[in-house]
Amino acid sequence: MTPAIVTERLRKVYPATAGSGPGAESSTWAPAGNVPPRGAAETVALESLDLIVNEGEFFGLIGPNGAGKTTTIGVLTTRVLPTNGSAHVAGADVVRQSVTVRQRIGVVPQRPNPDRSLNAWENLIFHAAYFGVPRSEAGRRATVLLERLGIADKARMKVDQLSGGQQQRLMIARALIHEPTILFLDEPTVGLDPNARNSLWEILRELHRQGRTIVMTTHYMPEADELCDRIALIDRGKLLALDTPENLKRQTPDGSLETFFISRSGRRSDA
Amino acid sequence: MSVSAVQAPIATIANPHPPVPASRVFVALLSRDFRVARRELPFFLIRTIMQPLLFVIVFGYLLPKMGFTQPGYQAALLPGILALSLLLASMQSVTLPMVTDFGWTNEIEDRLLAPIRVELVAIEKIVNAMVQGIIAAAVVLPLARLVMGPVAGFTFSHVPELVLIVVLAAAAASAFGLLVGVLISPQQIGFMFSLIITPMIFFGCAYYPWRGLDVIPWLKYAVLVNPLVYISEGLRAALTPSMPHMPFTAIVAALSFLTIAFTWAALVRFRMRALG
Repeated sequence: MTPAIVTERLRKVYPATAGSGPGAESSTWAPAGNVPPRGAAETVALESLDLIVNEGEFFGLIGPNGAGKTTTIGVLTTRVLPTNGSAHVAGADVVRQSVTVRQRIGVVPQRPNPDRSLNAWENLIFHAAYFGVPRSEAGRRATVLLERLGIADKARMKVDQLSGGQQQRLMIARALIHEPTILFLDEPTVGLDPNARNSLWEILRELHRQGRTIVMTTHYMPEADELCDRIALIDRGKLLALDTPENLKRQTPDGSLETFFISRSGRRSDA
Repeated sequence: MSVSAVQAPIATIANPHPPVPASRVFVALLSRDFRVARRELPFFLIRTIMQPLLFVIVFGYLLPKMGFTQPGYQAALLPGILALSLLLASMQSVTLPMVTDFGWTNEIEDRLLAPIRVELVAIEKIVNAMVQGIIAAAVVLPLARLVMGPVAGFTFSHVPELVLIVVLAAAAASAFGLLVGVLISPQQIGFMFSLIITPMIFFGCAYYPWRGLDVIPWLKYAVLVNPLVYISEGLRAALTPSMPHMPFTAIVAALSFLTIAFTWAALVRFRMRALG
């Protein structure tokens, strides 16, 4: 199988000064759990991560808070510069060929961050324009996406008027409108009710069936179990385990991914 | 959430992804900002016009009518008010959005994920702010002239100089606005107004010519760190050249230098903020 993502000895250290500047307090990809507070010593968010994600694979990243999941996604989506090591996504280096990487990926952040100066429709049309999609084609794609995600009637609404779940669906539409090869989702079902979560799972299964590579972080073990081909457990910036959900569960007496998580990371998933 | 029964594929996968020219992405980023600016035009005009209009009414119309100002003061004031409007409009269009985008909402995320170098996302912000500063100057100039009535020494005979100064002033103000926007956090906005903007306005030679500070030599040289000084003096040189002003070449050199220095510092800091 062709690798879609390869990381070698990937390391990210947040310097001690990062916590005292204005840059640290609200970055999507350097969450508070990974950034040292003012005056604290440096924080090693990723120790030395070696990962291979195959093309077309649904890959799960699990781990306790502050494990380095979001930083990993941040590096792979070119939004965080690694300190050492290398990462290739869709055949391109995330540092030296970041523009090429960005062209080939779609990203759904943990907290919806739509452009609040635009309405839902414009969010999609302008995002498509940033990727060189002609306006008529962008309009066609936006219509299909909003329809399939069940928010077609919200197209002309200001994004502030959308509920959290609707904004999350808008983020998924935005991540897909430029037809990425690889989709990254950072805890996409946080805050969604069970119906919304099941519907999102259906959408993700469909996107996976199309052959798209999907990388998803989650704290919700049933989600990882249900959707992922393989799961990587990381903690304190290190890879602790990497296998199929079935093989991971087989390592515990009760055959549960939750038990595996707790026994290997020493912390509960909602810690 | 309910998935519609329509069975069109939710989104296909582009293969291959042809590279998008940076110029095309840049234009798309700019058109987004223009769309937002057009939507906010009434608010933009109100915040652009109100302060200079009140200043012009009091200092350019009422005080001269009362005989509290010397003849010729209007010629010093008009370019200064124009300079102030340009500076504030440019800064307002880039500084506060940057502070909230990076420090709070992360809304700029979709542009940082666009297939273009992050430095060009920052340059686009400067270009957009320049356009807003130039529009502000174009709106305030006729308005100020209308309220003040005939201004002794006011001339439109130096159009190339005027265009050069307005463009350079907008560039310096916008780059400075971006720099401030990427340097401070949302909690420091109050500090920005009281410790940066207000001293800049009052020591920016907007209400008096720089040569007027001959009477306080140390202040005359201390204010040279303030970009508004060169904008005010540049507009005096272009619009009321009979008023005492700095040499035109020195003004152009200072504004060019400040534009380069502010842009460089803003890009370095923007990159740091953008790349975690």
